[in-house]
Amino acid sequence: MAWTWFHKLGSPPYVYKLAATLTPWFAWIAAALMAYGLIGGLVISPADYQQGEGYRILYVHAPTAWMSLQVYVVMAVASAVALIWRIKVAHAVAAACGTMGATFTACALATGSLWGGPMWGTYWEWDPRIIFELVLLVQFLGYMGLRAAVDDTQRADRICAVLAVVGVINVPIIHYSVEWWNSLHQTASVMKLGSKPTMPLSMLMPLLSMFFGYVFLFGALLLTRLRAELLSRERSASWIRDVVRA
Amino acid sequence: MNGLIEYLDMGGYARYVWPAYVIVIAAIASNILMARRALRRAREAALRRVAAKGTSAEVPSQVGNAQ
Amino acid sequence: MSTPAPAALIPGHPRTPALRAARLVLGRDLRLAFRRPGELVQPLIFFAIVATLFPLAITPEKSQLVLVAPGVVWVAALLASLLALEFLYREDAHDGSLEQFAVSGQSLTGLLLAKSVAHWLLTGAPLAIMGPLTAWADGAPMSALPGVFISVAVGSIALSLLGSIGAALTLGVRRSGVLLSVLNLPFTVPVLIFGARATQQAIQGVDYTAAVQLLGAMAILGVTLAPLAAAAAVRISLE
Repeated sequence: MAWTWFHKLGSPPYVYKLAATLTPWFAWIAAALMAYGLIGGLVISPADYQQGEGYRILYVHAPTAWMSLQVYVVMAVASAVALIWRIKVAHAVAAACGTMGATFTACALATGSLWGGPMWGTYWEWDPRIIFELVLLVQFLGYMGLRAAVDDTQRADRICAVLAVVGVINVPIIHYSVEWWNSLHQTASVMKLGSKPTMPLSMLMPLLSMFFGYVFLFGALLLTRLRAELLSRERSASWIRDVVRA
Repeated sequence: MNGLIEYLDMGGYARYVWPAYVIVIAAIASNILMARRALRRAREAALRRVAAKGTSAEVPSQVGNAQ
Repeated sequence: MSTPAPAALIPGHPRTPALRAARLVLGRDLRLAFRRPGELVQPLIFFAIVATLFPLAITPEKSQLVLVAPGVVWVAALLASLLALEFLYREDAHDGSLEQFAVSGQSLTGLLLAKSVAHWLLTGAPLAIMGPLTAWADGAPMSALPGVFISVAVGSIALSLLGSIGAALTLGVRRSGVLLSVLNLPFTVPVLIFGARATQQAIQGVDYTAAVQLLGAMAILGVTLAPLAAAAAVRISLE
């Protein structure tokens, strides 16, 4: 039973139609979650005791930083699936992740800099987490660069898949860097497993809503780009006729 | 009106908070536009390919396995 | 001008034990390299040039130079290793030897490990000597030199081996220099951080074992896992 589902996901027309159906749902859910998150974060939640109103950057900084890691993990997992089970659709998923990953990472660095300026007194520090997040940005750009540099699509897919899998080592480094080094960043207050979050609910709810909003946004964008990838890779299939004319 | 201006001032942090939000919203918006444009272009290209093939024999698509 | 793969590795030849095959590849690479000593010393000369630029650009005062000496040594080592990595697979890819390795029936991972060992012996190990020399020239005390030697020696193993991954990934790409360094960045940054710290601690006379142990861990990771990834990438590029 489970294998049938797995095999269906290997079929480009099935995935295309599934993506087309899911995208508007994801988009609207994302919009609703982010609307609540923005209003809750910008208007309703109280000012922070130490940082005043300035802490509100949290609602865009933390989700983008978290998403930058998520996107890379998705890319790496899709690449691994594609290499192990030789599933072309998985390659298309990985290919669709590059731009968004770079965007989220760049946003995380930019918003982090704007937050660090007033709060830490410095717009840029060679702090471990910042260094490795910068490396992550370079990883995304390198991934896209390698894909562009290799001519044959199939070979580009597979070589980039190896790159994505090998480079995933940076994700745990970024996550645990605040524990391994004495860093300007505070240790995890939301993501600690098994212990209660240390943030008041009025701040936590909009933050979580933004997190999930970003996830659904990424989902909608990924499915859109995935559809574009699937279309451009299928050369001779008749399913294109049904789907595109519809 | 005063309340709104005070709010926009973000307790003095306005020049940090608002650019941060603007950057992120602009990045998201451009990503949405780029994704939709990519899909539109792919569809047009696919339609052109299908039209060029015309009435050629149906080729069933591979069930995504063999590389 | 290149030597075809040793007869033992050509398909059809009675199967050779893996270690013997690896030794053959190692010997072949070393012999080939010494036929062109000009190319051999390029990374080392590059290291010397880069290391010399810093005192010229920053300050000739040794008391100040000693503060940046770890950085000078490691930046020069990193750049030299990047230069050297371009040569790692290039010749063999061009003359078809790499393909012979892949179809020889031997474990490609083992053969690539042997190539990496040869590569390190030629381009990494000499840095372990030039590193302390540079540090001394930049004002480090003599007592610090053994520590500098150890940190550069261990770190260069990590750089050479982890770097082979990027070299394998960019096998089919023309003008791969920048892309090679970009792809290797997630590996070179940690090595650089801990290597420079170990060297700095050595120069300051402080205990540097922790940093060297971390470098050693990265080197071990490089020796065990990097050839696997490189072999996977090479196979894909050769298809």
